[in-house]
Amino acid sequence: MSSQKSKVNDFVVRFANVNGTGSASANFLFTKAIFRMGIPVTPKNIFPSNIQGLPTWYEVRISEKGYLGRREGIDLMVAVNPQSMLNDVKSVKAGGYFLYDSSKKLHAEYIREDINYIGIPLMQMCNDAYSDARQRQLFKNIIYVGALAALLDIDFKELEGLLADQFKGKEKLIPMNVKALQMGVDYIHSNFKYPLDIRVERRDLLGDSILMEGNAACGLGALYAGATVVAWYPITPSTSVVEAFGNYADEFRIDKITGKRNVAIIQAEDELAAIGMVIGANWNGARSFTATSGPGLSLMNEFLGLAYFAEVPTVLIDVQRSGPSTGMPTRTQQSDVLEAAYASHGDTKHVLLFPSTPKECFDLTVDSFDIAEQLQTPVILLTDLDLGMNDHCSAPLVWDDKREYNRGKVLNAEQLDKIEKFGRYLDVDGDGITYRTYPGTHPSKGSFFTRGTSRDEYAAYTEDSGAYERNMDRLIKKWNTAKNIVSPPQVYQEKNHSEIGILFFGTSQYAAEEAMDMLKDDGIVVDAIRIRAFPFNKTVEDFVNSHDSIFVIEQNRDGQMKSLLMIELEANADKFISVLNYDGMPITADNIIKQISGKLKLKTEKSLNS
Amino acid sequence: MTYIKPKFRHPELPKNKLGYSVDHYEGALSTLCAGCGHDSISAGIIQAAYELNIEPHRLAKLSGIGCSSKTPAYFLSNSHGFNSVHGRMPSVATGAAMANRDLTYFGVSGDGDTASIGMGQFVHVVRRNLNMTYIVMNNGCYGLTKGQDSATADQGSKNKSGNVNLFESIDLASLAIELGATFVAQSFSGDKSQLVPLIKAAMNHPGFAFINVISPCVTFNNNLGSTKSYDYVRDHVEATATIDFVPQMQEISVDYGKGTQKNVTMHDGSVLQLHKLAEEWDPLDRQSAMNAVINAKAKNEILTGLLYVNPDAHDLHHMIKTSDHPLNSLTKADLCPGSAILVDINAELR
Ligand SMILES: Cc1ncc(C[n+]2csc(CCOP(=O)(O)OP(=O)(O)O)c2C)c(N)n1
Ligand code: SF4
Ligand SMILES: [Mg+2]
Repeated sequence: MSSQKSKVNDFVVRFANVNGTGSASANFLFTKAIFRMGIPVTPKNIFPSNIQGLPTWYEVRISEKGYLGRREGIDLMVAVNPQSMLNDVKSVKAGGYFLYDSSKKLHAEYIREDINYIGIPLMQMCNDAYSDARQRQLFKNIIYVGALAALLDIDFKELEGLLADQFKGKEKLIPMNVKALQMGVDYIHSNFKYPLDIRVERRDLLGDSILMEGNAACGLGALYAGATVVAWYPITPSTSVVEAFGNYADEFRIDKITGKRNVAIIQAEDELAAIGMVIGANWNGARSFTATSGPGLSLMNEFLGLAYFAEVPTVLIDVQRSGPSTGMPTRTQQSDVLEAAYASHGDTKHVLLFPSTPKECFDLTVDSFDIAEQLQTPVILLTDLDLGMNDHCSAPLVWDDKREYNRGKVLNAEQLDKIEKFGRYLDVDGDGITYRTYPGTHPSKGSFFTRGTSRDEYAAYTEDSGAYERNMDRLIKKWNTAKNIVSPPQVYQEKNHSEIGILFFGTSQYAAEEAMDMLKDDGIVVDAIRIRAFPFNKTVEDFVNSHDSIFVIEQNRDGQMKSLLMIELEANADKFISVLNYDGMPITADNIIKQISGKLKLKTEKSLNS
Repeated sequence: MTYIKPKFRHPELPKNKLGYSVDHYEGALSTLCAGCGHDSISAGIIQAAYELNIEPHRLAKLSGIGCSSKTPAYFLSNSHGFNSVHGRMPSVATGAAMANRDLTYFGVSGDGDTASIGMGQFVHVVRRNLNMTYIVMNNGCYGLTKGQDSATADQGSKNKSGNVNLFESIDLASLAIELGATFVAQSFSGDKSQLVPLIKAAMNHPGFAFINVISPCVTFNNNLGSTKSYDYVRDHVEATATIDFVPQMQEISVDYGKGTQKNVTMHDGSVLQLHKLAEEWDPLDRQSAMNAVINAKAKNEILTGLLYVNPDAHDLHHMIKTSDHPLNSLTKADLCPGSAILVDINAELR
């Protein structure tokens, strides 16, 4: 009975589809209906680098406890792709369910004794009901959603409501879709026992949450931040950042009377050009950004060094994917950390921000423009494919109308008139941040030459070692100023409880928090911190210094954040223990526990012996 | 060491409409080799800006990397300048121009900077018809890295170390015409009387204006056998037409004999006057411009003058319908949809 009970609002459904068959919108209907029933739900797209024909999966975790990370183990497989069927059968948990198209008899090799089969003649039903080939394809997806509604006890009214929203303005399409849903429901009702032991029950666990992709939130954040020049080159998984920005701009940036646009979006010839345009626009006083992924970031290196050294604000959103090289282009990873932190030759360092939710994508994108202009340097927002291209339950987005854009130290004509001699790189305030001017400001004062070569305080070319060193040292002073400007970390405890800490960032948050709960259930308390920015501020430094052992959870092979901590905080390497996941799938709590508990035992044994 | 010139203004220097004498348009003292063609072009730029009554602070000068790309430091010291990275000036200029459509954008590049490392960006800035002037100071070699062959070095020409260039050269002018450039001119650094009006016309062209200026590198590429040496160019140059550029505000002079003159009215009403020397030269005819350039090349001649212009072309801002107000002048009130809209957006995501 109790095991039965625990399966309510706690299971994983995986859909095995063929890319390009319209399954995405049907699958989203399923997720959103559960979301609207007030139950925490987290979908993951597992898709190929291909447009049509290859297998694609959509995995949905439903969690009463609000765990929004991925979880291993599939309770119900919706298998509508013959290509991947054999593996799909194997991946179902013992005791789980396998929903398949029974229009053709299931071959013996697909039969397992320890799982339950739910055969629905999807193809047959569609062929009987529809004459048009496209409709047969599309409604097949809707029928299985209907069947799932009956099997899992999803409120049919929510599905109807969603269809009404989806087809606003095309109301004619609603009844056809409702009918297809109903076909699925009816088939289950007349052929199977329903609902299953895994099922949903309405709750009110989501409050005013929204369901949103991180990339859309970044795009919207850039719009709210007042970005006007956007340059980009298409690359998965960052493309939808600019697409979202463009869609919102179509809505909010077109002058109603003239039809003219308060925005320039340029699809560049490559990422070098994209970042060059962003630098040119920011230099000239517009807020400008680009979005890219690993290969693009590699190409942008030289320009990032220029922006760092010439001190031009630059905003770059890097939606990380699995590297190296083209790697697994449609799988997630957090493996651009070091590349981004030290992008370009010479002594360079860049401000990084690490959002972990759509709300943070929005907030930190807005912040990144303020920070870039305050510090006159590149700011790289490091998100990832998981956050960017999957829907996440998130706190709603908030904008404070009183918030003003912080444009940093920019002198206008009146201010220039009051200055005896303008020095572009003169540290007047002692914080390492100097004053700049936009081109075109004043007829005789404030013009200067921006260059990637060494220069003196008045922007004049020089190869004088003293001037060069003064400038490099001032940049470090600015870097230290940055520590108090960038987003502070999230610290999970008011006072330390343990000598052991765990540290994570970005999308590892979901699994890490779940793992912390699992440890707590075992009576193990650890301290935790979530890093939100580089350079590391005092709080991060204190956390590192005040713990003997720190598990650094990250989604790459080489423990890049661990390296960054060691380099920048000059911390002892023995202190850090990497907890890694780099298979391209979002990290799971089980995986973290597996890695931590072994090492935790070792750690405690070691300390007992010594 | 400072390269800033002592500011001594000759009181008797004539002044332009804005009350500036020509020295107001100068820059820091050049550090290029004495006699370098690039310096002559800088002088031409200074003269053109002076004659055009340009407010220096309303012009932004941009460049890549190379001896040629250093020159923006040597003219218009009251303008903001941006010496970017090798071959990437077009993208920086594009971003800058998008941010503020009200300034004049002046780009300087070299043949290495444009025809090799920057070829991709060059091609695309032409396609976009960005409203800027783009000058290539073309010496057929890499000056700053000490004389290696560039992609515009003529096939068969010998460089300073005596090596023969094996590869076909890239002809930037015909390439630009082919790519749809809306203003393409060619000139020679030593021909100030042709160069200055061309630069003026280019700066007034409401789109991408390209001038390929043959500019001998006296240190590495002025040897016998180089088709970009002073002597070679002097002997093999053929002007298509001499031109005058008359800005809108000036009276148009009409003292040229009929039949030898062709006027091209620019978008803002200013007039390009071409004195037809070469036979049947029509700069509005793209096809014959292409043919003429190719024929000249076959004869190892360098055709100079305004090769092609389309005065009615639409620039990038026009094509993507950006606001008439410079984007960098828009404020939060213009750009941020505000909290109430965000409430609606949240509602759509539930
Ligand atoms: C990425 C990069 N590669 C190489 C260089 C070295 N470099 C500096 S200038 C130059 C060639 C310049 O030739 P060109 O553009 O023709 O200018 P010129 O000096 O001839 O006027 C090269 C290769 C560089 N600065 N950056
Ligand atoms: S090396 Fe050649 S291009 Fe460079 S400054 Fe000297 S003469 Fe001019
Ligand atoms: Mg050259």
